[in-house]
Amino acid sequence: MSLLSSHNLQVQIASTLVCKDLNLAFNAGENWAILGMNGCGKTTLLHTLAGLLPAAGGNISLNKTNINTLCRREVAQQLSLLMQHQEDHFPASVMETILIGRHPHLKNWQWESDEDKKIALEALTLVGLKNFTNRSIQTLSGGERQRIALATLLTQQTKIRLVDEPVNHLDIHQQHEVMNILTSNNNDMTTLFVLHDINLANKYCDHALLIFGNGETLHGSCENILTQNNLTKLYQHPIKEISHQEIKYFIAN
Amino acid sequence: MRPSIFILILAILSVLLIISSLFVGSVPLSLQTVWLSLIDAGAQESSLIVTELRLPRTLAAFATGALLAQAGTLMQVLVRNPLADPYILGVSGGAATAVLIGMLLGLSSAFGLTGLAFIGALVAMFLVFILAHQKGSWTPTRLLLTGVVVAAGWGAAISLILTLSPASNLHGMLFWLMGDLSYSYSVSFAFTALIIGLIFSMLISSQLNVLIRGDKIAASLGVNLKQLQLKIYILASLLTAAAVVQAGSIGFVGFIVPHLIRLTGITDHRLLLPAATLGGGILVLIADTVARTIIAPQQLPVGIITALIGIPLFLFLLQRDAKQ
Repeated sequence: MSLLSSHNLQVQIASTLVCKDLNLAFNAGENWAILGMNGCGKTTLLHTLAGLLPAAGGNISLNKTNINTLCRREVAQQLSLLMQHQEDHFPASVMETILIGRHPHLKNWQWESDEDKKIALEALTLVGLKNFTNRSIQTLSGGERQRIALATLLTQQTKIRLVDEPVNHLDIHQQHEVMNILTSNNNDMTTLFVLHDINLANKYCDHALLIFGNGETLHGSCENILTQNNLTKLYQHPIKEISHQEIKYFIAN
Repeated sequence: MRPSIFILILAILSVLLIISSLFVGSVPLSLQTVWLSLIDAGAQESSLIVTELRLPRTLAAFATGALLAQAGTLMQVLVRNPLADPYILGVSGGAATAVLIGMLLGLSSAFGLTGLAFIGALVAMFLVFILAHQKGSWTPTRLLLTGVVVAAGWGAAISLILTLSPASNLHGMLFWLMGDLSYSYSVSFAFTALIIGLIFSMLISSQLNVLIRGDKIAASLGVNLKQLQLKIYILASLLTAAAVVQAGSIGFVGFIVPHLIRLTGITDHRLLLPAATLGGGILVLIADTVARTIIAPQQLPVGIITALIGIPLFLFLLQRDAKQ
């Protein structure tokens, strides 16, 4: 069953067309990679799918309900978004930062219960920063901050997850850790990844959406979509496919 | 220390300070005198000092500080900048201009003046936001600069009004403007505004915790952004207006207090708001007690004392942020 779907979706940034007549269905258990050049509109598309930006045309359905008819709280209970950048203008502890992920599940006057704290601590443990609960958010490194943002996303416990460059600032080990966390135990979830690393996309995702920057898009299973020709056209840079132990890898020439 | 215990200590300290400030002043009073004046207002001559001068002034000082600290906390979230303050952003200036116009026209009721101050604050805040808002984001420097320039504009408007005012009113207007609590209006009105403000602020306090992370993050976590921003905008203007009517534009309280409270580790707005409210009351009460005793019987406007604390702290934080 599709958790999130788009119907004749058109997204535009000023006069630049990101996509038109896009009909996508993101089903439970699917991991999607969204690939494209810098500035082609990947983030804009992601924010549009999250209902944060108005679409230029078409509509988006969340569990078969038009996203515009839902209030933000109802959307946030089902769909979470990892942003590319985190803003920390005010001091706060790591635990407080992760607990905001529970916000859509709590009533206005309700305090986080022990259960909420348990969920947050599990997320923190999962990203490998268990001992960071009382650390100040402003003292963290870029990679640590990124993992805290991921823990906040996990604490929101939604079936649909839109993650914008989740491996930003991460070392190669952490990149795989994070992709592993987001792609395991997710039979009832769908996750959309904006990525710049084709090989991470190919390893962890089963579907791909290519955004060419001129309104043209291509989507389907990674096997069919991630090819030497498509990627060369996508990045306007020669890309070569090589095979090692029967796994495809893509390298830039 | 647990935040709830810290807030309790602030509350007890507030009560103690309010009581002890009744004894301090140009004329020292004994415990007995103060007690007798409080239970029986007509008892002795000195009771006038307590009931007519010190008690209203003490309460006005506390309420003004509490209102300003609350308004400052809210504004900081709205613009996501810990340096924001009703005075620095020119909101107090807008409210003060409106009140002075009212005074010039002969208006004297606290309700009418607060209404004018509210309109002035709304206009001032709207001006700063419209001018500083760029592509959906607040640039901290741009916002502060805009605030400072708009505040200078209000300063000019205030000078103009003072020039046009009859000489007999001038001394009172000037002292009120600089934050002299001895000219304060209805204290009960200020406390009503304070309590209503606090109730409404507490209702949105958990959403404030999300909003400080950014507009989009807040929206993705279920916050109705436009509605929340409008609520904060109106609340902060109303709180500033009530404070300005009490004591002109007292600077920096709205910025010093939330900052000091955050230093103690309280960063959750459900705790920060009540703590800042009490802390603001305490700060202005102490500042006003200093202002009326340091060169007694001469009295200083309290705005001078808060500026003496606020300006160095502001410059220090600005410099520290620039380094980061």
